[in-house]
Amino acid sequence: MRRRRRNRLLMVVFLVLGIGVAVAFTLNAFRQNILFFFTPSQVVGGEAPLGHPFRIGGLVAENSVQRSEGSLEIHFQVTDTVNSVKVVYEGILPDLFREGQGIVTKGTLDPTGVFVASEVLAKHDENYMPPEAEHALKAAQTLKDN
Amino acid sequence: MWDWFHRLGSPKYFYGFAGALVPWLAGLCVILFAVGLYLGLVIAPSDYQQGDSYRIIFVHVPSAWMSMFVYVLMAIFAAIGLIWRVKLTAILATASAPIGASFTFLALATGSIWGKPMWGTWWVWDARLTSELILFFLYLGFIALQTAIPDRQTAWRAASILLLVGVVNIPIIHYSVDWWYTLHQPATITKFDTPSIHLSMLIPLLIMAVAFKVFYITVLLSRARAEILDRERKTHWVQDLVRSEQI
Repeated sequence: MRRRRRNRLLMVVFLVLGIGVAVAFTLNAFRQNILFFFTPSQVVGGEAPLGHPFRIGGLVAENSVQRSEGSLEIHFQVTDTVNSVKVVYEGILPDLFREGQGIVTKGTLDPTGVFVASEVLAKHDENYMPPEAEHALKAAQTLKDN
Repeated sequence: MWDWFHRLGSPKYFYGFAGALVPWLAGLCVILFAVGLYLGLVIAPSDYQQGDSYRIIFVHVPSAWMSMFVYVLMAIFAAIGLIWRVKLTAILATASAPIGASFTFLALATGSIWGKPMWGTWWVWDARLTSELILFFLYLGFIALQTAIPDRQTAWRAASILLLVGVVNIPIIHYSVDWWYTLHQPATITKFDTPSIHLSMLIPLLIMAVAFKVFYITVLLSRARAEILDRERKTHWVQDLVRSEQI
């Protein structure tokens, strides 16, 4: 009886470990496909696919947002602080869209290297704080920088 | 201690034990929800970026945690059931499944409602969202598999194996935001660093997390009692119980 119980224990352990290893290999093999977006450096480096849609993730570069009069067209640069890519988009932006905000945008790269976006999503970070705490944080940062 | 533990494993004893516990837990649950929701929705300050929309985390985050917690617990029941053949494990896992599925659904639904204004989309196929959806299907699969096989013992054994196979999804859900680039943000609280959430928001969130856990235990125990009565309906003690209730 003890022996049968031990065998069953081993069976359960091997089942879980076996599936775990199999899934780990599979996910590793599909690594590229699970990535939700490319970084601007990868795009500049030519890793992103040309001719069919993909996503770029990064920060909206400071002072790069240009809205046009009379239409929803907007020009901005998305950056990973090393490289940046020019993006043009026409449509409704999410609430969190602003300069310095992380975003993920979907579209295609045109021959001149401008990314024509069909969708812009804001990527929220993991920080939650009241506005006063953010002011305090910024004040402390400028104090440190000076 | 061991003796008590062994007796608890018998459905009859567990039925009485759970019955005595449920009213207390239900009361505690109501208090925790009242305090947690009040602190979260009224007292906690609004967020510096999201304003008041962030308050959905007081439901979203605990239900997402619970969706994984319940699954792990069910997988542990499955392992114990397969190895030691404890009757109670099947009852507890069966009673847990719809609750876990509901938590998963709630996490997906609230996330979607938050995602539309904040991200700009209801749904994206990124690793976190997709793996959570798979978890939902695992719950449904477990329920379907167990109801599809008429013999209870065979059903439970087959469903246990499904539970153990599916447990691989849990670390994937948790680490998806670190392993891959996803739209969903990385963990705020369950990281070794200090949590990146202000204390005035963290406290209601933790109270809500405890409230959800107590809610789960309360519902689990009541559902398990009903499940015990159904499974043991041919035994003397259940028939005696029914007879004495009728008088």
